[in-house]
Order: sequence, then C-alpha cells, then structure tokens
Amino acid sequence: MATAPLTKPESVRRQSRGSVLQRYGTEVTLASILIVLCIFLSFTSPVFLTSGNLSNLVKQSAINGIIALGMTVVIITGGIDLSVGSVVGLAGMIVGMLMTSGTPPLVAAIIAVIACFVVGVGNGIMIHEGGIAPFIATLGSMTMVRGLVQLLTNARTISGLPEAFLRFGNADYFGVPSQFWVWAILAVILTIMLNRTRFGRNVYAIGSSPEVARLSGISLRANLYFAYGISGLMAGIAGVVLTARVRMAAPTAGSTYELYAIAAAVIGGASLSGAQGTIMGSVLGALIMTTIASGGNLLGIDAFTLQIAIGALIVLAVWIDRIRKGRMAS
Amino acid sequence: MSPLIKIENLSKSFGGVRALSSVNFEVLPGEVHALVGENGAGKSTLIKILMGVYHKDIGSIVIDGNEQEIRNPSKAKEIGLAAVYQDVMLARHLSVGENFFMGSLPLKGGLVDWNLVFKRADEFLAGLEIAVDSRHLVSELTIARQQLVAIAKVVWQGARLIIFDEPTALLTTAETDMLFEIIRRLSREGKSIVYISHRMEEIFSICDRVTVLKDGRYVATLPITETDKDQLVSLMVGRNLEEAFPSRHCRAAETILEVRHLSSARHFADISFSVSRGEIFGIYGLVGAGRTQLMHALFGADRYDSGEILLNGRPVRPRSPMNMIKRGFGLVCEDRKQQSLALPLDVRTNLNLVHRPQSTRFGFLRPEVEWETTSRFIRALNIKASSPYQKVSNLSGGNQQKVVIGKWLSIEPQILLFDEPTIGVDVGARLEIYNLLQKLVDGGKTILMISSYLPEVIAIADRILVMREGKSMGIIDHQDATEEKLLRMASGLEKSASASSEQATV
Repeated sequence: MATAPLTKPESVRRQSRGSVLQRYGTEVTLASILIVLCIFLSFTSPVFLTSGNLSNLVKQSAINGIIALGMTVVIITGGIDLSVGSVVGLAGMIVGMLMTSGTPPLVAAIIAVIACFVVGVGNGIMIHEGGIAPFIATLGSMTMVRGLVQLLTNARTISGLPEAFLRFGNADYFGVPSQFWVWAILAVILTIMLNRTRFGRNVYAIGSSPEVARLSGISLRANLYFAYGISGLMAGIAGVVLTARVRMAAPTAGSTYELYAIAAAVIGGASLSGAQGTIMGSVLGALIMTTIASGGNLLGIDAFTLQIAIGALIVLAVWIDRIRKGRMAS
Repeated sequence: MSPLIKIENLSKSFGGVRALSSVNFEVLPGEVHALVGENGAGKSTLIKILMGVYHKDIGSIVIDGNEQEIRNPSKAKEIGLAAVYQDVMLARHLSVGENFFMGSLPLKGGLVDWNLVFKRADEFLAGLEIAVDSRHLVSELTIARQQLVAIAKVVWQGARLIIFDEPTALLTTAETDMLFEIIRRLSREGKSIVYISHRMEEIFSICDRVTVLKDGRYVATLPITETDKDQLVSLMVGRNLEEAFPSRHCRAAETILEVRHLSSARHFADISFSVSRGEIFGIYGLVGAGRTQLMHALFGADRYDSGEILLNGRPVRPRSPMNMIKRGFGLVCEDRKQQSLALPLDVRTNLNLVHRPQSTRFGFLRPEVEWETTSRFIRALNIKASSPYQKVSNLSGGNQQKVVIGKWLSIEPQILLFDEPTIGVDVGARLEIYNLLQKLVDGGKTILMISSYLPEVIAIADRILVMREGKSMGIIDHQDATEEKLLRMASGLEKSASASSEQATV
C-alpha cells in the first residue's frame, strides 16, 4: 500500500487551481476594499495622493503593522498577547537608556530587541508550564512590564538620542520611508516562516487542537515559546522603530497598541479560536485601519466619529468573513 | 397493564446501511426494562429515535395508546421521554437549584426569587431521598451525585420514561447501590425505566425484563426471572456474518514489543503481553476496561506507574508521543475529531502533520515531498476529497479515518496502534481498512488494535487480550476465539487459563 507507484503531484495541483481564489478570498476581499478606499479618497481629497500624505500613512501603519505580524502568529496558535504594547515601551526604554549612556545605536537596538524576545518567551513559559490562559498570562506581563518601564525611567521621557539613530527614523529608501521597509521585510520573513517551515506548520496544528498536535509528536513547549517569543520580538522591533520616529522614548509609549494589533490581525482574517490567519491579511488589516483613520482626517471627519467607524469596521470585517466562510462550507 | 410505550416494526437506515430493522420494544409503567446487545446492535440508534435526535424510516411508536411522531428533542421532552447519559448534561458552574429552574426562574419584584428556587428544589430532592443541597454548584458534587441530580432534573421536568445509558461506568460499588435505590424508588412511583448496560450482574439485580437486540434486529424479550447470564450472552452473539473479512494468515516471527506487569494507578493493573513482528494483536473489553489508557501509555501520551516495556528486547520508557514516534510508533485514536485530526486544516496538511526527517531541509518544508506524499496517499487509500485543499472537517467518517491512517503511514512506522479503527466508518470503507491492515502486516509492520466490535476483533486479530476493569482476563488465540467466549471473559463470567497462571506468578 505504502509503496504504490508514485503519481505526478501536478495532477493533484491542477485539479485544485480553481480553489485558489477561495483560499485567498479574505486577502483578495481586503485588498479590494483597500483599493476602493484609496480611489475614493484620491477623488474626495486633493491631499490624499501627495507623497507627503502617503509616506505619513505608511509610517503610521508600519508600527501597528509590525506588532500585528507577531500577534498574528500567536493568534494562529489559539492564543493572544496583550503584553505587546508594554513591550513596545520596554524596547524604547532600553534602547534610549543604552544610547544615552554611550552604547552604539545598533548594539543598543539589538539588546533591546533580544530583551523583548525574552519577555515573549516568558509569556510562553507561563502559558505552557503554568497552564495559565494566554489572556491572563499576558495581561499580567503587560502590567508588569509597564510598571518596570515606569520604575526604571522614573516615569520620565528619555530624549537627546544620538543623531545617527534619529536619522533612521526620517530616512527614505527608494522614496519609501524606512519604517515601511522594516515592516515589509519582516512580513516576508514571517510569511515564509508560516507557510514554508516546520514551525509554521506546527503553529497551525497547535491552533487547531493542542491535543492533536501533541499526539502527532509536535512539541507544544518549543513551538509556544517560539511563537510568543516572536510576538515579543516584533513588538520590540516596533518599539525601536517608534522611538527613532518620535525622537524620544516615552514611558507610556505603546499603550493600547495591543488592541490595534489584535484588530489588524482579526480584520486580516485571523480567528481567535486559532488555526486561521495569514501575515498578508494582517498587513492589509493594518493598512485599512490607518487609511480610514487618516482619510477621515483629511475629509474633516472628527476623531471621535472616526473612532466609532473603526470600531464598527472591526466587527463588520469579522462578521462578513464569517458569512463568507459559512457560505463556502455549505 | 397496558404499556407506556410500544414500538413496533421500527426501521432506520443510514445511507443504505440498516441500523435497525423491524424492531419491537415495549415498556410497562413502573417497569425497569433492560436493553442489551453488542456494540453496533442498534441500542443507541433506538434511543436516539426515542429522544428525537434521529427520525424513524418506518414503524410505529405508541405512547399511552396514541401514536406519536417524535420529530425533535423538544417533542420527546413534551411527551415525557428523557435520557440520562454517562457524561452528565448539567450546567456545571451553576447551582443545583438553578439547573432545575433553568429557563423558568421564578421572579419576585422583577428579581430572581432565590429562596423559592432553593426551597422547592430541596423539597423535590428530599422527596426522591437524594441527599444533595440545592445551593451547591454541580461541579462541587461527585460524579455519582451529579448523576442523581441529573435524574432528579428529568423527573422534575415531567419525564415518565427515563433511559439510563451505561450509568454505572464511572461509579463505585457504593455509588451504584445509591443509584439503584433511586431507580427502584422511581419505578415504585410508576416511572418506566430503560436500562442499558454491558454489566450482566446489574441487569439481574435491578431489571424486570430484558430485550435483546443483535445487528439491528429484535431477538427476544424475556422476564429476568426466566433467563440467566449464559442465555443472554448467547442471544447477543452468534450472528450471520454479512461482512466479508479478509482471510488472515500470520507467520511466526521474533518478538518486537513486550509489556511486563504494566500498571497505572487508576486505569489498569499488571498487564503483560508480547507481540511479534507482523502480528495483529487485538485488545478487547467493555467500556471502561482501561484499554485506551493502556494504549496511550505505550505511546507516551499517558503516564504509567510501574512495569516494563521492551522494544526489540531493549527496555524503553515512553516519555512523550514525540519520543515514541521517533521509535517507530503511530497511534490512530478512538476520538478522531478530538485527538487525531486538525479539523480546520486541509487534507494535505493533515497527511503531512507528523514530522519526517525527509520532509524538511534546515527546518524548511519541502513542498515536492509533501505533494508526493499527499497524492500517493489520496490515491493509495482511495480518499474521496474534492481536492487536497479540502478541509478534513467536511469529509465523511471513513475518509477522515483514511486521512488519519495516511498521516501515520507517511512516517513508515514499525508499530501502529489502532484504537477502534472502524468507529464511525461505513461498511464499505471498513472493508478497505481491514484489507489495509492485512497489507500492512504482510509488509512486516506490527499492529495493536483495540476493538469493541466482536466480529471485527475475532476476524482480524491473531491473538486477543481481553481486559475487564483494568485487569487482564487472558490472551486468546485466533483459532480459539468465539464471540461468546470473549464476551463471557469481558463480563467476568470466565477467565482463561493463561490469565490465572500469569497472576499466580506475581
């Protein structure tokens, strides 16, 4: 039986080509929404298509988008990471303190990002070894990390950062802001990780059922540590990038960012019950959120109304996705 | 006395497979009526029809002289039919009183009148002589008391016929006595009881009459005083085989796996056996015999306390499934949806779920290897899926099971553990699985197979270990195995010579 003659994989692949649209349905829908939004805004606002505005839009999306990348990985395992906002603050604090005491920017950034990875792994330890629900474990670390940052900075903002570091925050490469490149490169790396590596396969398996994964010989320990570690790592990178952009490290930096990251991942098709979601989806989700916020701004809609609209968008996006998938299944 | 419920000529098919054909069954008011039969005899189908879960094809159900159509569960509840299952159907985090009044909590001034809730619930429990305070949360009670509360709840809701499905599987002897006391009381108050159990002694201690089903057919209804255990067992077995099993031929070979005095505090004790390469080793027993826990212990998924496991003559200590997979083990679980399949993921991912060294390079998946595996097993196992991207949750039971089997075959295991390999699998796919098992052992693999389905385990297995309540009742050779013998051993009516000699050496 197991030694039956080999068949050409192409035959299997060909018969399923029609389902490509179905498989990437969420991403295609989101991309269409984004395009329609952009077309609409370019007609209604003269400012929208200017390079200044677009570059601003990308800068704003990038921070949230980078955090959402790691959040997506964690959500696919069936978990959640509420600590990312505080970890953004932690990264800013570490990088700021190190640089003001003379550490070269690159070294400071690497140390900060590694520290954030360790915080993420700590979340993984609490969740796997302690059996604490991810929501609670990361709620705890969110509070602890924020407290730590306030304590070590005496609740003071760190400024006077070296020029070489700040230059990165304003740099453009090939006409596109540096933040975007960081986001894009990380998105590509994580996409490959989720789709093409054993780790990515395991992340989806754990999200669909930890018990099935365990009985299939998948190490929950190693994979959960790493998944939460990546989430911490992404938040750390976002924290460094944010610090360079705003030219200072505020102890409150990153507060409530976890909610925007969750929203971006969820709008992008990630399901809080696990095993569903893509990096591309989270990228589009972050872009749509920022586009609506900044587009509304340009049209003179007040901030509070926009807030209502974005809240409604989160619910609506998930609802539509559910209906669409329900129809596909039947 | 006219019967409370009278069922005549009831038939039900699922996609061409007859689950029940022309079954007759009646229960008198105040009667405790046992329903017995092997797994697959049609007991659950009959119960589910009465509960409104399935709808009958033909036949009549007459209740109190009126013919009834039980279209849905709420209709069953309305006419007073209720079932109490092993896994108790109560809201665990609510109080007992709240469970009684769920959906109809009494109000006073717009607020819930808690005093009234607990007062009335306490009175009702006292009336049934169930010693439970209705202010307790259900989760604070023992399993046995939860079961009593569940019984009280269905009586509270007006049940006249109460079906007990293996109610004592999780109970101690004292708790079983407590349950029987309640059942006798209910029967004295005129409630009718249908009692389903594999345990003969319980049937003889509590039931008035017994109805035997076999292969979806009605066999007989007897007053309990006019029959005995031996007669019931022989009525339950001895079938005309409709299914063709592939013929077995086994060659003697060297021992690959040896288990010595394996014990796990709560589940099994002092289990010893050895399995040869190329053998199909069956494990038979009734619900709660500890078979699944034994298999999970061998796979490293559950702990065991003492004993030795030797693989190819060398002692091994299964630490985790990962550990045992590396040693060439695979496990097809009984609960496919909870333990074997990544339901939201597609066929291709499921077939490649277990890691093989050749399927990755530096941690990166090799798509060409995965596609080769996917198309090979879809074809070799005849998996009917619309595409490799189809989610496994949308496949039929048989095709899901083939995906699970394919997932393990892809890693070329040496020893495959099957826990109920054909559960929820239709007849056609079942035969394919039997043929596959035969091919696997012909190819030098070794199979351990748990089965509750007697014809299957007898036809497929070279030797059969019979377990009862965590203990070995002996190992039977293929040529000595009869349905009657196995059932008698599993029911504790008989022990094989080998079992007693093994125990003598302890």
